[in-house]
Amino acid sequence: MILNKIYKNAFLVVILGLLLSACATQKKASIGQMQGDVYTGTDTVEYLADGVADRVFFATNESVLTTASRDTLRKQAAWMRKNSSVTVVLEGHADERGTREYNLALGERRANAAKDYLMTYGISANRISVISYGKERPVDSGSNPLAWSKNRRSVTVKAN
Amino acid sequence: MKKLKILFFSLFFILIQSVSYSLIEVDISRGNLNPLPISVSPLFADKKSNNLLKNDLKIENLGLKIADVIENNLEQTGLFNTLSREAFLQKPDIAHLKPRFEDWALIKSQALITGKITYKDEKLKVEFRLWDVLAGREMLALAFTTVPNNWRRIGHIISDKIYERLTGEKGYFDTRIIYVAEAGPKTQRVKKLAIMDQDGFNTKYLTLGNELVLTPRFNPTNQMVTYLSYFKNLPRVYLLDIETGMQEVVGDFPGMTFAPRFSPDGKKIIMSFAKDGNSDIYTMNLENRIVERITNHPSIDTSPSFSPDGKYITFNSDRSGFQQIYVMKSDGSSVRRISFGRGLYGTPVWSPRGDLIAFTKLHKGKFYIGVMRVDGSGERLLTENYYQEAPSWSPNGRVLIFYRETKTDSEGKGFSAKLWSIDLTGYNERKVETLTDASDPSWSSLLSN
Repeated sequence: MILNKIYKNAFLVVILGLLLSACATQKKASIGQMQGDVYTGTDTVEYLADGVADRVFFATNESVLTTASRDTLRKQAAWMRKNSSVTVVLEGHADERGTREYNLALGERRANAAKDYLMTYGISANRISVISYGKERPVDSGSNPLAWSKNRRSVTVKAN
Repeated sequence: MKKLKILFFSLFFILIQSVSYSLIEVDISRGNLNPLPISVSPLFADKKSNNLLKNDLKIENLGLKIADVIENNLEQTGLFNTLSREAFLQKPDIAHLKPRFEDWALIKSQALITGKITYKDEKLKVEFRLWDVLAGREMLALAFTTVPNNWRRIGHIISDKIYERLTGEKGYFDTRIIYVAEAGPKTQRVKKLAIMDQDGFNTKYLTLGNELVLTPRFNPTNQMVTYLSYFKNLPRVYLLDIETGMQEVVGDFPGMTFAPRFSPDGKKIIMSFAKDGNSDIYTMNLENRIVERITNHPSIDTSPSFSPDGKYITFNSDRSGFQQIYVMKSDGSSVRRISFGRGLYGTPVWSPRGDLIAFTKLHKGKFYIGVMRVDGSGERLLTENYYQEAPSWSPNGRVLIFYRETKTDSEGKGFSAKLWSIDLTGYNERKVETLTDASDPSWSSLLSN
């Protein structure tokens, strides 16, 4: 069943890729990409400092950090070590394709996955707080897999 | 909110049935494809009462207005077909004294409601009678005295009495819905707590929209509400006294608390507490403030709901790897999974009758509202849509209210959230009108019993 799901997702991604490339040529705008169903584009990304992206993205119903996410978080940790007075809030989010209460828990789990990773790179827990918004604060209001992938995120926000 | 006082009314029988038998009966256990034809005659008011009501209270045609409330309630159930008043042959005052049953049978009415209102000494007296047209008999007769501003509630109470007499089950009309009123773009929704009568009238807002609020639920006496608020950016479960407007945080948790509900005796709030990426279920006793941990598992445990006898809790967990529904004893022991169908299951909520659990199901990109027995057997999906969730039971356990969100277009526009209701049978799906977009509905118990 899980394999089936993977195949199905892969299929969706291919279809989506086709749709996207079609759109992209029409609109002549970069609208980002996905790997699996994890967003890999830069559309919504903001920067804490030069080259330090503020957010990481997740697969549907997952809170596992991807290789790219770990890379982003290592850069955030390095930046925080350099700026030792900075404290941050990690805002965990889910997409709209889940029940509200479960998504609140999922957002919290995602933000904590990012927090744990920052901590393993030497950032003290008292410099990091966590908040979940569940599906309440999407960045993209679209009802399509690409929009959902942008919304499944943990965003590191400077708190001071 | 101050206006939601326990309203004054008195009720007494003006006639007691001498023989107890019913000839007309409405079966509500199946989807009703043959709704009972019923006539709601406007309630008759004498000239003096009408003039006084008009002069003192600026209310015109109150008898007709009360009849409208009753007619609308009955029509919304899907169990009744309310006949057009234009076809009525008999005048309201005469009909109330003694209907000419042949006239009502002629327009194919099987049941008839008549009534009379009198306004005197600032008191409104409302009488009504329910007649079995074919048997040519009175089935029920009651009178109520109240303050005139209470007239909509009287309409609801009368509707409940009629529903109960004809179906054999308690009604759900003298009830309110608490929900989240929404406005603004999808990425920056403004949300307020709102309360209204079940028929969409008398909407009042309980918060201003300065902070995000979610998932309000009534206590058993409908005076308190527990909900999630992001006040000061700290998502916590709150307790709100509707009458006084007083609010307090529930418990002293060092992290997010969410998904609150009252226990059936109203003494505890059950909710999730999230810490370090793990959500577990806790209760807090409102009398002695004692907090108890109910689940202790590294998975997400949320959306808890007590059985009506308080002995069991159903909840949502992803301990199997995916969101599923579980039942446990109220002390957290004997946990067992009950959902085994395909897809993900969430928001379990125990029926007030105790025999069913309503839920949201996500399968192949569609959302369903469904019910299953408390052991997980007999799953039935009632409605399918792009997005819908969070069913809440009518107090008689016959109807579910939930919310539905629309898909946005290619530009991300066209988002809306609305309340809907559906009969337990899967028939009679209806949009519940609200002044704004709406979500997270929760149905009160009957305000009067």
